[in-house]
Amino acid sequence: MMAAPIGDYVALASVMFFIGVLGVIVRRNPLIMLMSIELMFNAANLLLIAFARAWLQNSGQIFAFLVITVAAAEAAIGLAIIVTTFRPEKYVDVDDVRALKG
Amino acid sequence: MIAFWLVGTILIASAVWTIAARKPVYSVVALLLNFAALAVLYLTLSAEFLAVIQIIVYSGAILVLFVFVIALLSSGTAPFAAGPNRLPKIWMPAGIIVAAAFVFLTYALVRAPALTPPRAGAVGNAGVFGSIADFGKALFTVQLLPFEVTALILMVAVIGVITLGGEQMRAPSPPHEAKVERAMREAILREGEG
Repeated sequence: MMAAPIGDYVALASVMFFIGVLGVIVRRNPLIMLMSIELMFNAANLLLIAFARAWLQNSGQIFAFLVITVAAAEAAIGLAIIVTTFRPEKYVDVDDVRALKG
Repeated sequence: MIAFWLVGTILIASAVWTIAARKPVYSVVALLLNFAALAVLYLTLSAEFLAVIQIIVYSGAILVLFVFVIALLSSGTAPFAAGPNRLPKIWMPAGIIVAAAFVFLTYALVRAPALTPPRAGAVGNAGVFGSIADFGKALFTVQLLPFEVTALILMVAVIGVITLGGEQMRAPSPPHEAKVERAMREAILREGEG
């Protein structure tokens, strides 16, 4: 009992993915950039699960599970980096980070 | 069908709200809405386990982590929104690039043969597909390697976070203290002038 044809899911996922891309490009707040990356992860997940349903094979679901784990690890490490980088700073803005400049 | 587009609208609107919100806390709230809508979509795709995991892991763990970091970073004097807002400068080119990429992807997808799933040769059983029993059986038998890789990834993440956070906890660096002291002195001076 699929609620909609797979093309609709693909459309939703691609719109969501590009909203995430736009967020990473436009916003300079590292937290919101990280959230945009989460949006992209989830768009990919939606595609994987939609195609798993279309083919009735659960490899897609297993891979989505793996992607969720990777997203969790990425969020944890990314947030740790943000905290260590921006704690002493006054503003939270990725363009102000110069510590790694040669 | 109406329900699908309702959930889809919530999904897209909350995604837009996530990247457009002024403060990160609003973004977190929008993202929460987004993940809830996504969990509903997973249910319509008969991915029960992943819908539950989406709520528990994303809404329960990752978003709470975000909220904690926001609280940690804005506990000082300066909140987030104080930084310069660069939206107007790169909004246009970024929008054009993203729109072009979107059109390209749509074009590629419309032409792709993957959108028409095999009618006859579909592998798997619609009756049991997506149930937690089916998923668990696959996870622990055929797909054992991805499961083990998952464990490895989580362990690496934990080690990485401890390494990153440990440096900070060991000792506050002298330059930082000096910086804070200087900022306080300047503030006092400014007050004296005004």
